[in-house]
Amino acid sequence: MTPSPDDWQPSATRETLRQRARLLAAVRAFFAARDVLEVETPILGHAGSTDPHLDSLSLRATTPAGRETLWLQTSPEFHMKRLLAAGSGPIFQLARSFRDGEVGRRHNIEFTMLEWYRPGFSLAALIDECEALIRTLIPAAGAARRRRYRELFREALALDPFTTPLTELQRMAGERGGLDMADSDRDGCLDLLMSLVIEPTLGREGIDVVVDYPASQAALARKRVDEEGTEVASRFEIYLQGIELANGYDELTDAREQAARFQDDNRQRAALHKPAVDVDRRLIAALAHGMPAGSGVALGIDRLIQLALGKASVAEVMAFPTPRC
Amino acid sequence: MANYSTNEFKGGLKVMLDGDPCNILENEFVKPGKGQAFNRVKLRNLITGRVWERTFKSGESLEGADVMDLDMEYLYTDGDMWHFMKTDGSFEQYAVDRKAIGDVEKWLKEQAVYTVTLWNDNAIAVSPPNFLELEVVETDPGLKGDTAQGGSKPATLSSGAVVRVPLFINQGEVLRIDTRSGEYVSRA
Repeated sequence: MTPSPDDWQPSATRETLRQRARLLAAVRAFFAARDVLEVETPILGHAGSTDPHLDSLSLRATTPAGRETLWLQTSPEFHMKRLLAAGSGPIFQLARSFRDGEVGRRHNIEFTMLEWYRPGFSLAALIDECEALIRTLIPAAGAARRRRYRELFREALALDPFTTPLTELQRMAGERGGLDMADSDRDGCLDLLMSLVIEPTLGREGIDVVVDYPASQAALARKRVDEEGTEVASRFEIYLQGIELANGYDELTDAREQAARFQDDNRQRAALHKPAVDVDRRLIAALAHGMPAGSGVALGIDRLIQLALGKASVAEVMAFPTPRC
Repeated sequence: MANYSTNEFKGGLKVMLDGDPCNILENEFVKPGKGQAFNRVKLRNLITGRVWERTFKSGESLEGADVMDLDMEYLYTDGDMWHFMKTDGSFEQYAVDRKAIGDVEKWLKEQAVYTVTLWNDNAIAVSPPNFLELEVVETDPGLKGDTAQGGSKPATLSSGAVVRVPLFINQGEVLRIDTRSGEYVSRA
């Protein structure tokens, strides 16, 4: 489709752009006061994210090595972890990130990720810091509560996400969504129920922090055994007003485990008929060298700004969202 | 017809769902923090007029529906079918059945131009123009001098519709009616 020249104007008002700049300055001040170093890492990398549910953009570039495929980063995670392994100490970044196909009220293909890493921090300590940051930008955000993934499903759907048989999950997800889920796996069914039934109710009375995700949804988080003896991911997500704002991990530091997860991701991608993504071998080498244990989190700053300014979509707080870019 | 993937869904796109042509009203991309993405889609079934809300896995696709909205002039009814003619100079005529005419029957006026929705070249729906000028064929006598006060009475129009009109309106007058609300606008 040819872009219409009539759409030359920004979708955010001048006042919104001024407010956005003010909020970004507040983020930088927040981290400066805590002695967290601002860094800048590449948007283009030799490797991309293998996450089966992220679609990376790539391009061909002429480099000293010749014509190469480079990947637009879906988050600055891998480069920042290489900095951690090199001894950077605590770091943060406001990084432009890219995810193909993601456009909507809460998504834009190109967006700004606020990502930070805290060597030596427990997951709980990082959750506290996230809450402090959110309250800096949205003083009226309300009290925070921890919500276990398992409890959310028990309360909203009267099912245990860890033990309910797959056929029952497929039936419930299919019924709620009005689609055939017979060929979906457990996580696919849980993702649908989470998106349609649970997420809209989260963060309505304050900040909701969801913890103890299924181990199969660990991504780059460590796994642990919870009080009920179930293996869960040491991971959290923060919700405010029904919107997912942040995703944090007790970071995986085991190089061999990381390499295995990358391979497993690419196997899942093949099953979903998605192209394989070049695995970040430099990240694995960095982990093998040794990355300090700690926690890290990625926060969608466009969404946080949207909520802080009471806007209906991320497009309203961006100068030129994808349809106008 | 071409297939359309969820990321091409947008308001106005016509697709086939469960064997019926549908018009997409809204498409929302939803995704839990990590995990599979879905699209929540609102569609209007063009046969029944019902609005459906369905969820699709992102990347799924639907077959496009061969649906066209065309301007056509209303000609006449033979009692079973209502006959319309294209306004593009082709004089091509389409017969519309009772199901497709539906409630629009009471807004039919010869020579007025309607939007006829065709699916695979069959008429499935008709929408009237937003405003129509119709003659009052029956109403209580008008009240002289009562032009400013409120109050209304029923009036039967030449098309068969019954609308509320001000008390000063007389039989034989031509009125401008908003067909969306079924309300009197003014004298024509």
